[in-house]
Amino acid sequence: MKLNWFKYASPATFYPLAGKLIPWFALSAAGFTFAGLYLSFFVAPTDFQQGESYRIIFIHVPAAWMSMFIYIVMAGWAAAGLIFNTRLSSMMASALAPTGALFTFIALWTGAFWGKPTWGAWWVWDARLTSELILLFLYLGFLALHAAIDDTRRADRASALLALVGVVNVPIIYFSVKWWNTLHQGASVSMTMAPKMAATMLLGMLIMALACWMYSIAAALARVRCIILEREQQAEWLAKLTKEPA
Amino acid sequence: MNWKSLDDFIAMGGYGFYVWGAYLVTAALITAEILMLRMRRRAVEKARRMQALLSEQVTYETTP
Repeated sequence: MKLNWFKYASPATFYPLAGKLIPWFALSAAGFTFAGLYLSFFVAPTDFQQGESYRIIFIHVPAAWMSMFIYIVMAGWAAAGLIFNTRLSSMMASALAPTGALFTFIALWTGAFWGKPTWGAWWVWDARLTSELILLFLYLGFLALHAAIDDTRRADRASALLALVGVVNVPIIYFSVKWWNTLHQGASVSMTMAPKMAATMLLGMLIMALACWMYSIAAALARVRCIILEREQQAEWLAKLTKEPA
Repeated sequence: MNWKSLDDFIAMGGYGFYVWGAYLVTAALITAEILMLRMRRRAVEKARRMQALLSEQVTYETTP
């Protein structure tokens, strides 16, 4: 069987598919959030060192993971847009950027609210925090650059380059706690070492991470549908859609 | 169960301000994103309806 990888690279086929997928991702996001919050507040025990303040971990760590992961996916789509010259790839990159910026801000905000009671400071210029702040600026730079160029295809290419150059920052964030002496603690979850926290804490965090994944996919798909409608005003397949609204 | 009462739950062992400050702002931001997506969707749909109406008018006026 010959698989046509480019079938869904066309906005005309992708638009209705995205529309069908959104409710499922949104629903599972809500379900995982409900289960995750229940575990986070009612099942996971109190931390013996940090008391209840540690419960911020259940949004802080998933948000920080998402901020880095969305950036990589966004840069991947941007690169695909540059290489294959596919409109939809660039639209996906643009659709992911605001959600990525949101999670980066949430990671910084919840980090500040966790740092104050545990370190005594809202903010310190340590490697982890500073590189995460740079990630926020990269997202905002991507969005601003795209908005500043009137020709959307040129805007796609210029912002794709910015996104690709910025990828270098992601491993810096991830390994910053190893490479430098930071106030920020080391990795919460490791593939090679036994978990450092109670199983219910870990489970709550992973389910919250799943909720963030599902939410991000739903939000990006909803946004890419808006972008398709905005950009493909003149397309014939869209004119048909107006007569029979999907 | 970790909490004896609702007050106990809200107090979060004395860290209520920090825990709820983190959670409520996150919830507000996510809600804001959902609302902004909905507004963008409505705006684009409205623009398309207007355009469709306009093009119908143009065809009507230019058809002999």
